[in-house]
Parts: sequence; structure tokens; C-alpha cells
Amino acid sequence: MYEIRIHSRGGQGGVTAARLLALAAFRDGKYATACPFYGAERRGAPVVSYVRIDDRPIRVYSQIRNPDLVVVLDPSVMEVVDVLHGLKRGGKVLMNGTTTEKLHGVPAFAVDLTGIALREKLVIAGSPILNTPVLGALAKMGIISVDSAKKAIQEMFSDERNVRAAEAAFQELVI
Amino acid sequence: MLTIATGNKAVAAAVKEVRPDVIAAYPITPQTEIVEQIAEYVTSGELDSRYIPVESEHSAMAACIGASITGARTFTATSSHGLLYMHEMVNWAAGARLPIVMANVNRAIGPGWNVWAEHTDAFQERDTGWLQVYVSTVQEAYDTTLMAFRIAEHADVILPVMVNLDGFLLSHSMQSLDTLNAGDFVPPLHLPHAIDVLNPAGYGTLTGPDEHFRFRWEIEKSMRRSRKVIAETERDFAERFGRSYGVAEEYRYEDADVVVIAMGTLGKEAEVAVDLLRNEGVNAGSLRIRWLRPFPDFDLSGREVVVIDRDYSFGFGGVIAQSLMARQRVDLYSVIAGLGGQEVTYDDIAGFVRDRRPGTELWFGVNGDV
Amino acid sequence: MTEIPKEEFILKCTSACAGCPSTLILRYVLKAAGSDTVLVVPACCTSVIQGIYPNTAVNVPLYNVAFAAAAACASGMSEAFQKAGKKTNVIVYAGDGGTVDIGIQALSGAFERETDFLYICYDNEAYGNTGMQRSGSTPIGARTTTTPGGKVHAKKDLDAIVAAHNPSYLATACAAYPQDLFKKVQKALTLRGSKFIHVLAPCPPGWRFSSEMTVEMGKLAVRSGLWILYESEFGKVTINGPSKAAMIKPVPIEDYLSVQGRFKGIDRKAIDALKSQAEQRAKHLQKEAEGIC
Ligand SMILES: Cc1ncc(C[n+]2csc(CCOP(=O)(O)OP(=O)(O)O)c2C)c(N)n1
Ligand code: SF4
Ligand SMILES: [Mg+2]
Repeated sequence: MYEIRIHSRGGQGGVTAARLLALAAFRDGKYATACPFYGAERRGAPVVSYVRIDDRPIRVYSQIRNPDLVVVLDPSVMEVVDVLHGLKRGGKVLMNGTTTEKLHGVPAFAVDLTGIALREKLVIAGSPILNTPVLGALAKMGIISVDSAKKAIQEMFSDERNVRAAEAAFQELVI
Repeated sequence: MLTIATGNKAVAAAVKEVRPDVIAAYPITPQTEIVEQIAEYVTSGELDSRYIPVESEHSAMAACIGASITGARTFTATSSHGLLYMHEMVNWAAGARLPIVMANVNRAIGPGWNVWAEHTDAFQERDTGWLQVYVSTVQEAYDTTLMAFRIAEHADVILPVMVNLDGFLLSHSMQSLDTLNAGDFVPPLHLPHAIDVLNPAGYGTLTGPDEHFRFRWEIEKSMRRSRKVIAETERDFAERFGRSYGVAEEYRYEDADVVVIAMGTLGKEAEVAVDLLRNEGVNAGSLRIRWLRPFPDFDLSGREVVVIDRDYSFGFGGVIAQSLMARQRVDLYSVIAGLGGQEVTYDDIAGFVRDRRPGTELWFGVNGDV
Repeated sequence: MTEIPKEEFILKCTSACAGCPSTLILRYVLKAAGSDTVLVVPACCTSVIQGIYPNTAVNVPLYNVAFAAAAACASGMSEAFQKAGKKTNVIVYAGDGGTVDIGIQALSGAFERETDFLYICYDNEAYGNTGMQRSGSTPIGARTTTTPGGKVHAKKDLDAIVAAHNPSYLATACAAYPQDLFKKVQKALTLRGSKFIHVLAPCPPGWRFSSEMTVEMGKLAVRSGLWILYESEFGKVTINGPSKAAMIKPVPIEDYLSVQGRFKGIDRKAIDALKSQAEQRAKHLQKEAEGIC
């Protein structure tokens, strides 16, 4: 089972990112679950979402303690949350941003999802949309196939810019 | 059609498939997505139901009652405080023999406010004459909602059915979902005592002790008959659609020396614990209770039993543990866990089994003696 | 200008959204009420805004109670304080859903019994806590998550319902006019019996406008005449300055509707209904203010 923890802030689309990722994995023919952990807080508070991907049905509902991959959609949550907490030995980190220098000693990758969203003018109520571009980055990392990433986005969103943003993230992420 | 959905969306999709005539519901976390999805279906024209955006849950159930007695198919959904606020009408629906189907998204009860999973809400309605079923996956939420209509409306039952799913853990989790073309799996509703101006009758009229007593006995008889109807419905569902669940779902149960009993998502998590324990050489199995009313009969003799209750009856104990003990001579280890959404992992469950002390009760995570 | 005390009863650690009107309103309510005050709060955004146990952002006793129960709970509290010879202010701080929908029975009972308390309804015109479903106070034409095509029914006339109970004081206010709100709360608390203040609370995520615009939105509501600021003391109606000005020279209500996402796609019929309701209410209040009603 491959376990992914996504860190974001309420309203940034972390929950949708988890759902898109699960959908894409499902379109790859895998079993997948997305479980957001909802606190009682409002917009802007740090939120975590969990995605599990496996070849067999998934029966676990508890939170992910030891993720294989941590995705940080909003690097500012790192000031209040230890995003590396419980990361599996050999686990990886995907950061939204231009640098991974705050993450010593773990394999970390950065891609400027915010920049991509702004370039594609994917902005709702003043916030850039990160959940569709991040799918491109995850495809590049081999978590899901490019084809399923696209399908998942198209199933959930009609605006083609979302797919373009994912493609841009795929291009820009250096592995 | 194969897709992926939350537990809430799965319930709404099943409701769309059986097309109730009238839906009355009120929002409450974590059920709200069901109401919103239904409002969306009705607004877009995908679902031709009358949707009543009532001003409270008491009115939601009352509106379902008013619709149902005309012979209409009805649905509502709620959770926690909403369920408790409609309590009077919940009793009324069963007493009036109305086959209303309700989804309840299990959530703790305040004070203080807590929106996370706990079964105490529905357990407080367990003596009302409603059938109650608890599900553990998105697919099961969908399939069971379809079955609930058929069971409730069956001539041998004519009682309301409550479908329970764990708040957030299941209501907001996304998993694969195979939506069905139900065809005639749920036949048209025929309510024998529907209001008919050509055949006027008084409904709920002042009733003396003897008649009252007889009406209660009628409810109990239907409850007992419902076991057969549930089994038949499951069988037909399996034949048509290839899936079945049973009154309780067994996992590595046959040869198990120690059995973990739980409901809802904890029942699924327990299966993972069973695998862990088996690898350690412990002959464990699990039993996930689905139907709480009518309460299932199983034979647990000769096995050790660990019961996890995500509920509590103060001054009495875990409701499932106590109910099992009342029915059979088992020495069981009663674990109270997961109240108010407390995190319980498969490791924790394996721990309950390893450290079991039959005849005692553990409040998980609470240190201190009573 | 009235001197507003510097003392804060709402600490800067709420879990409200940015630009939250409910928090702003409560801040001024408590400045006016002072420390000898107990709040009774039914389920609403304020249940969350106040923070999470064991913390609280509110520095007066705050009693959380079930959604339908606020006014009845406050009745008990008020009687008990009186019995004990205390003059503590009992203030219900409730949302529109907890007032016009599920809580209206308790509200009516408390006002009929002339309970000595102040009931404040902050009206963000939907169920904010659960993510913006319609309430009886949602205006016609507004999109909510349970009225995805725009609401078809008109906003319930809460003030007329409360007025029918002959309260000692009834007023409207708006988050964009804190001075006015402050004075009204102060005045209400000098009077005995049941007092009621209905405060418009423009809610950025619910009404879909950006969070710096809360005050602007409240002003537009008043200037367009859709929200009228007035007060009624033992039945005597006074229309307050900003609304008097709006009655002479209103801004078009389209200016108010077009800046809110919830009114996107609203049809002519709904706009006309909003207009005619606003006009009727203005006429009615003007007559009452002149004492010819
Ligand atoms: C009996 C009951 N039903 C439903 C709920 C869920 N609920 C909590 S707050 C709320 C809406 C509150 O709306 P409003 O009164 O307008 O206050 P706001 O959230 O907008 O501040 C709902 C539906 C509940 N807590 N109790
Ligand atoms: S939804 Fe509106 S009223 Fe509620 S906390 Fe957010 S801004 Fe305030
Ligand atoms: Mg409201």
C-alpha cells in the first residue's frame, strides 16, 4: 500500500487534490481511498488529507502515521506543522515552491504550482488553484499515469486550463 | 457505472435510483452533503422528487410522515443532534407503520460540540421500532440504501429503516462506487393503510391499553419477520448485482478462537488487525455487525470475544457488549473506543486482542480507575 | 460620537474566516454590554469562532446550547439571575437559522413571557456553520448549496414577527455601522423586558465577495434600501440617519447584487421581488415613524 499525506490550508484545495489523486489511481486500475481529516477550524487553518493506493481493497480508515510521500501545497504550514512527521525511511516530499532547502536529508522535489496556477489564471476568490497542477507533478513522480491524471481532472473540471496546468507541472518538475 | 464517490454521495446516488416521491431534510454536519446533492439533483431535473427544505429535523420527519401516509415513498437524512431533535417523530414514524428510509451519519452528541463519529446518536433510537443497519464502505452505503427501501416497504415489514454511516470516516471518504440500474429491484410501494378519501378512517386515534398493547406486538412481529425479508433481499441483490453482505460480515471467522466484534468502519479496520494477529500466530477473526435491529443471533460459544463499542450507555456499559452478554453465555472483553471520533487504528485493535482481560471493560485512551 | 470603550472581550485568536462580520458584531455588542454579561449561543458560526476547548476567544461567560434552545435557555438563566438578585445581562447571540427557522418557537415563547433579556440575531442570510445552505432568512434569488438555482421563496420578515410580540425594544443594525450598533445595544440594556436587535452580517465566503469588502457590502445593503436601519422603543419607530438618506436617494439595488457571487444569474423577476419588498418595507416604516399606522 502506498500512503500519501497532503498538507494545505482550508480553502486551498488539498481535499480536492486528494480526491483527484484517488480518482486518477482508480482510473489506473488500482484501489484508492481519499480521507480528508476535518478539524473544526475555518478557512485558512492547516488541513491534512490522506490518500491510500493499493492493488487490493483498502480497509484502513485511521489516519496515515507513516506516509511514503508527503505533499506540501502551502509551505507556510511548515511553521506550525511538522510535515516530515512519521515519514517512512526512504519516503519522499513534494513541495509547492522553488526550493527544498528547508528539507534536509530527505529526497524532496519542488515545483512552483502557485506560479503555474497564476500563469494559467486559475484563481478562485483570490487564491490560486493548486489541486489540478499538483496532479501533473504526481504523474511525473510516477504515482499515477499521465493519462489517468488527465482523465481525473477532466471528470471533475470542465475548464481545460486545469489540464494545461497539470501538463506544465509535469514539464517543470525535475526528478 | 464505475466511479469514485464519498459515502454521502453514494447515499444520494442510491436515493436518486429509487426516486422517492417526497424528500424532506435539514442540513447538519457531517450529513449536509447528502441534502446538498439531493437539492442539486432536484434542481437540475435529474430527480423528480418533491424536496422540502424544512426548518428543523422535527419537521423533516413530520413532513416525511405526512407524505408517507398518503402512500408516497419518502426519504430523509440527518445526524447526531438532528436525529435527537426528531426523536418524537422517529417514534411516530415506526408506531404509524410508515416505511420511511433515513440515512443517519453517526456523530457524537454534545455538549461540547463534536462533529466526529460515534454511534450513540442512533443507539438512542434503537428501541423505537426502526430497523437499523450500519455500513462500512462507500459501496455498501449505496447497496444498503437501495435494499433499505425494499425491506422497509415489504408487505411483511412496513417499518422504517435507518441506514447508518460513520461521520467523516465514511461520509467524507472517497472510494470506488459501482452505481446500478436497479430496475425492478425495489418494486412500487403499496401502503395498505394509506389515506383514502373513499375509505375514510381515523389515524392515531385515542387508543386504550389492550389495543395499544396489540399494536406494539404487531410491530414486534414485523420486526421478527423482517429477518427473513432482509435475507431474501440480500439474496436477490446478490443474484442480480453480485454483491452481498449478510446480517453480520464475517472475516476469517470460521476457525477463529478469538473474535473481534465491531460496527461500521471500525469493523473494517478490525479485519486488518485480524491479519496482523494471524501473522503472529493468534487465531483471530472478526464479525462486523450490520443489522442492530433486528438484533442478529449468532453462536459465539467456545470462542473468546472482544467487543468494541463506539457508544456507551452510562451506568450500564457498552451497548453491543451488554446485548451480547444478555443473549449468550460468553465471557467477553468489552472495549469502549472511538467516542467523539477518537482515533482507533488496526494496531490499537490488535492490542485490545493481545491484552484482553475477559470479564472487564476498558475505556481506551482514558487512564485512571473508576 | 459615542465613546466606545477600548476594552476588548473578543481576543485575537478566533477561528473565524477573514473578514467575518459575526465576529465584528459580537465585538461591539460586548463592548456595549460590558463584563457583567453572559452570552447564550445556539449552534451557529459563533460555536466555531469562539475557539476550541480548552481555549476560548471570548472573555465573558459563554453558554453554548442546542440549536433550537437559545431563547428558552436564556429565559431560565434570566429568571435565575433575578431570583438571586443579580443584574447580569443575559444576551442570546444567534444566527438567522437559529432564529427564524429552528429557534422561532423558543423565541416566540420568551418574548410572549416578556423575559428580561436581549436577543441578537446576526443575519448572514444562510446556514454558515454547515457551509451555506438556505435559511428562512435567505433572500429570494440567492444561490446557496441547497438552492443551487437561486432561492424561490422570499426572506421571512423576522422583524414583523418579533414586533407582533410587542417587545420593549426592537432595532435593526448592520456590521458596517458599529457606532450605531453599539448605541443600540447600550440602549436596549437599559430597558426591562424582551429586547431584540437584528443585525445584517455580510459574510464573505457565504455571499461570495472578497474578505476586505465586508463593510463596503453592509453599506451597500443600507444605501440600496434593502436593509433599513431603524429602532422601535415600546412601539415608537425611528428611522436612523443612513437609511433616511437612502430613502431620499438610494443607490440601485443592482449595485448591491452584482458584487456578490450568490446573486450571479439572478433573474428579473427575483430582482423585482426584492425591490418591491424593500419599497413596501420602507413605506410601512415611514408611516409607522410618522405615527400614521
Ligand atoms: C438540531 C440540529 N440540527 C442541525 C444542526 C446543524 N447546524 C449547526 S449550526 C447550523 C446552521 C446555523 O445557521 P445560522 O443560525 O444561520 O448561524 P450561522 O452558522 O450562519 O452563523 C446547522 C444547520 C444542529 N447543530 N442541531
Ligand atoms: S461563514 Fe461568514 S459568518 Fe461564518 S465565520 Fe465565516 S465569515 Fe463569519
Ligand atoms: Mg446564518
